[in-house]
Amino acid sequence: MKKTILIALISLAGFSASAQNKKYIAAMEKNVAELDTTRDGAKLQNLANNFERIAGAEKSEWLPSYYAAYCYVNMTYTTKGDMIDTYCDKAETFIKRADSISPNNSEIYTLKAQIASARISVNPMTRGQKYGMESAELREKAKSLDKTNPRPYYLEGTAYFYTPPMFGGGKDKAKPSFEKALAMYETFKPASSIAPNWGKRSTMYFLNECDKK
Amino acid sequence: MCFHWPLLYSGGANYYYHRPAHHSKIFLNKFGLYHKPVYICDIFTTPLIAMKRIFTLTILITLLFQGLLAQTKISGRITDQKKQPVPGVNILIKDSYDGSTTDVNGNYSFSASDTGEVTLVATMIGFEPIEKKVHLKGGEFTYSPVMKESLNELKVVTISAGTIEASDEKRTTVLKPLDIVTTASAQGDIVGALKTLPGAQQVGESEGLFVRGGTGSETKTMIDGMVVNNPFFSSVPDIATRGRFSPFLFKGTIFSTGGYSAQYGQGISSVLALETQDLADRTSSTLAISSVGVGGGYNKLWKEKNMSAGFDVNYTNLLPYFQLVKQTPEYTRAPQFAGGSLNFRKKTSPTGIIKFYGYYNFGDMGIKTPSIDSTNGFKNLFDLNNNNIYTNLTYKERLGEKFIINIGASYSTNVDKIKTWTDTIQSQSDLTQGRVVLSRGIGRLSIIRIGAEYQYAFDGFRISSGNAYYHFEKTVNVFDNYTAGFTEADIYITPRLVWRAGVRGENSTLIKKLVISPRTSVAYKIGEFSQVSLAYGQFYQKPDRDYLFYPQVPGYSKATHYIFNIQRVDDYHTLRAEIYYKKYDNLTSTLTDTSNSGKGYAQGLDIFWRDKKTFKGVDYWVSYTYLDTKRQWLNYPKEVTPPFAATHTATLVFKKFFNKLNLSTGLTYSYATGRPYYNPNNTDFMSDRTIDFHTVGINAAYLRQIGRCFAVLAVSVGNVIGNEQVYSYRYSYDGMRRSAVGPPAKRFFFIGLFLSFGQDRSKEVIDNNN
Repeated sequence: MKKTILIALISLAGFSASAQNKKYIAAMEKNVAELDTTRDGAKLQNLANNFERIAGAEKSEWLPSYYAAYCYVNMTYTTKGDMIDTYCDKAETFIKRADSISPNNSEIYTLKAQIASARISVNPMTRGQKYGMESAELREKAKSLDKTNPRPYYLEGTAYFYTPPMFGGGKDKAKPSFEKALAMYETFKPASSIAPNWGKRSTMYFLNECDKK
Repeated sequence: MCFHWPLLYSGGANYYYHRPAHHSKIFLNKFGLYHKPVYICDIFTTPLIAMKRIFTLTILITLLFQGLLAQTKISGRITDQKKQPVPGVNILIKDSYDGSTTDVNGNYSFSASDTGEVTLVATMIGFEPIEKKVHLKGGEFTYSPVMKESLNELKVVTISAGTIEASDEKRTTVLKPLDIVTTASAQGDIVGALKTLPGAQQVGESEGLFVRGGTGSETKTMIDGMVVNNPFFSSVPDIATRGRFSPFLFKGTIFSTGGYSAQYGQGISSVLALETQDLADRTSSTLAISSVGVGGGYNKLWKEKNMSAGFDVNYTNLLPYFQLVKQTPEYTRAPQFAGGSLNFRKKTSPTGIIKFYGYYNFGDMGIKTPSIDSTNGFKNLFDLNNNNIYTNLTYKERLGEKFIINIGASYSTNVDKIKTWTDTIQSQSDLTQGRVVLSRGIGRLSIIRIGAEYQYAFDGFRISSGNAYYHFEKTVNVFDNYTAGFTEADIYITPRLVWRAGVRGENSTLIKKLVISPRTSVAYKIGEFSQVSLAYGQFYQKPDRDYLFYPQVPGYSKATHYIFNIQRVDDYHTLRAEIYYKKYDNLTSTLTDTSNSGKGYAQGLDIFWRDKKTFKGVDYWVSYTYLDTKRQWLNYPKEVTPPFAATHTATLVFKKFFNKLNLSTGLTYSYATGRPYYNPNNTDFMSDRTIDFHTVGINAAYLRQIGRCFAVLAVSVGNVIGNEQVYSYRYSYDGMRRSAVGPPAKRFFFIGLFLSFGQDRSKEVIDNNN
């Protein structure tokens, strides 16, 4: 009898774990879907908070922390000056957490590279070299960790796009990276419904910009 | 018999979840499992069936509770300390999905399914997080916490009286290190750039920073806290030289025009504190070819990014340039310099770093100038040969949570060999020093520092003089053991109000006297971007090197500073104004005998305005300096304005970047009213004034990335308008003739190509991962 109760209890735990997983997927799907619809600071903050909560409850999942970091790095694009650093600091704490859960993850290294790039805009004259290089190294690592991931190439394109030609950037330099990224997006299959799958539309936007004279 | 149940629970839970219990038979059949219809038995007679029922019930109840009963509605309004709503706050129950984000009015509400003891957490960027344990038991729960703004650099006041800082790390500084390189008149010289700031004088006839009525030797230069005895190249009379150290060596520059911290001593007017770079950013090599010489270097950053080392060598020869651009003085040997430096930096731990910097330079030149006392074209000779070594070793580490220790050691030596027609002089200065500073943080912001310094100085002077008829030789060597100790506390009464109190004790065996100098300052933040500060301090300095060889060495010179500063700094604008009063006592006097009976004062106003926004792509700053100073010292018969002080000085620095052309351009205009000079024919001592000083410098740099090579082509012209500049006059003994002291040429031209080859590390990164 005791044994039966024990088994019953264990199975109840299994049942709830599975329910929990379903809850996790559902919550993530909902927020990830919203992620694509906004660049607005307040909405991104709201989503970042949602992901942060999921991260708090699901301590073994790297995606909630990854997406929280993704929200914060996107928030840097609508702010200026010191707030950029503040958001980057926040993004960094989340991406570090994601990295500790899932080491050597190409997507995480891509985001790390994106954070380094975002820091350049605080003062491109003084930071261009240091963070530009850091970002390039992280990007290369992201490429090497997953050869099918188009996002490091997309990021490479944006890095060239925003670097003045005299420092080795420019539209002409950026275009091949975007083209490569786009080709990779065509065949890229995300690992799950909530795995990172962003950047294709932006790649197309930038390719269009590259062709403008 | 019913033992299949558990299996089913674990295997098909999700499916089962939606089914009422009494359909389980169908369910079982569907899976083709043989099962006795046990549930026809009385459910309470078979414990296992009871179990099942309880199970189902529990699930149902749990679901019900989640949906209806035990839910607690948590709501409230989150405000800051000024009662303003805080939007965007993440308010949540720790380790759960439940939570919400506050809206623009700071309001939030959410439902929590957990009951009992939970932790409510509220977090938001820029605020201290809040955690609170609460007991939830369904129904409504109101929670409206007040969030406290977290402290960051921008919200905390810093002591700004007398201090102008250039740093990349701190956000509220007046200059960035790059500004030093891109200022037109600076020509890549740190002091050249600092001369565009208020408080500094436009003195062209001798090197150094002449600050607020002080001489160049009253400004002390430090590298990582260690004194630099000879920060400038050795010079021939009336021609100023550049600083020895490249601006690229330093990540931070603090130019203090007065009232500075007890950490610094032996500069009664000003301190220039330079902080060297940490690890190199990357492995790279550099090459420079210019109108005055060639140079190159290599820096390596280790793969683990915890160590870097490098060297550079350079050779300068002004002969080709002097052949193209005529110089007023007659050079018997055009200036030539050869030297190099080594650096080594290693992170000993995540918080510890050890840094070494070693510098060597050799310089040689000879000059002939017409003797003012001669009527038949006799020329004086001045032949200079210099060897200079500077080394600096520092270690910084955090000790535990609260302490930081800085240890430094330095050795330097400078040997000048000077020849004139009659004299051969060898002058040597050696300095060996050590320094330890221990800092302890108190609370969130306050800090207390305690430190000790020891310097062993050797100064030697040998002269042999003579001609066919007489011979004279003399050697004088002096030694000094200098010890100093200081303690200082920055006490934050609130984040907006800081009080610094410090005291420094100094003892020199040469002067045989211990002096104690108190220093204090207060700063108060009056607005988001504005603050006011006050500073007071006493400062002592050993007499200038020349007087150390006197049989009766004069005592310390002393200055007392009073400063009031107001400033407003935002991302694009800086406005600062400072008024000060300085009292000089015990200045070296040689009027009757060497003593320190000299005295004087300086008072004035410094204004600085910088604007990076109003004009697109343009960054400009304006400095204005009003100086009223008099001193009686050396052989002055009375208290007068000294020759190195102009009443009004103003500088405009203008920089524009042309994005499309890859071109950076700059212009500097400096103005100073005429300075006093000594005219023996005028009975009113030092009452004559030179003509006003105007100079315009321009520069342009073309930047280009060619493959892995980053190239900068720089041109600059000093005093582009070519107007006459008179720093002072020299009179013959009889006062009948005079000659103007001015720059060695009307204009100065420079062209240089700087190449930097960065090693692309991305390859290495890939190799490491494969």
